[in-house]
Amino acid sequence: MVTVTRKIEFAASHRYHNPELSDEENRRIFGKCNSPHGHGHNYTLEVTVAGEPDPVTGMVLDLRQLKELLEREVMQRMDHRHLNYEVPELAGKIPTCENIARVIWDLLEPKIQRGRLHHIRLHESSDLFVDCYRRGKEAV
Amino acid sequence: MSGGAPIAPKLVLGRRYHIAASHRLHSEKLSEEENARLYGKCSNPHGHGHNYVVEVHVSGEVDPATGMIANLADLDSYVQREVLDPLDHRNLNEDVSVFRDVVPTTENLCREVYARLRGFPGARLERVRIEETGKNSFEYTESEGGSL
Repeated sequence: MVTVTRKIEFAASHRYHNPELSDEENRRIFGKCNSPHGHGHNYTLEVTVAGEPDPVTGMVLDLRQLKELLEREVMQRMDHRHLNYEVPELAGKIPTCENIARVIWDLLEPKIQRGRLHHIRLHESSDLFVDCYRRGKEAV
Repeated sequence: MSGGAPIAPKLVLGRRYHIAASHRLHSEKLSEEENARLYGKCSNPHGHGHNYVVEVHVSGEVDPATGMIANLADLDSYVQREVLDPLDHRNLNEDVSVFRDVVPTTENLCREVYARLRGFPGARLERVRIEETGKNSFEYTESEGGSL
């Protein structure tokens, strides 16, 4: 098995607020992430695809196709957007690193044309990130 | 398969913390000559220090109410109490009891940090990864089939 990783960066704003909780509870649970007008991050996303290199092309997958997929599914959807208001997949969810990573995984996983999505890592900052791993033996 | 339902992944939250500490690699079980040969300048008598980066990986269900595997404030305060307060700006050999008998290599530091965080009630500890410098890093896990 060979893995191929591509990295992209996007900038987005968000706010952590659960409307089913009181303002006081929101402030207690989310701290400054509950600040009324939101805040933003430079997110870094690493996408790792696993597979066997094609004997003719020597490639696990065509990196241009992966680049286009990431542009279409992630950049156009999330870059320079407010994640609470402008990304339908996150509607009704707190746009935490966990939830954003899961949305990205679900967007990408069925659309990898060759190989399989092995792992993604979404960095909200250099000191906070979430990994999504493919479950099961094939993930190793 | 294109267009099918996505396969649900396993989610792991990673958080990085920073520790500055000194240590000396020196084993009482070895002669001075053997220590010098094995550990080189890491065995210099008065020790030296590193800026360690301690990466803590935890897994669990994402709480729909908070969107989180573990509340970061809870994780941060637990790590602060169990790891940062006792280890940051300390001499590992002198100030951390376990390293009186165990050489404070970063392998052993990974195990010690893991042991100190194993009881975190908010999520399951997956692994501890420590960068001793930008060039050397170490990982420890007790999780079967642990991530990576």
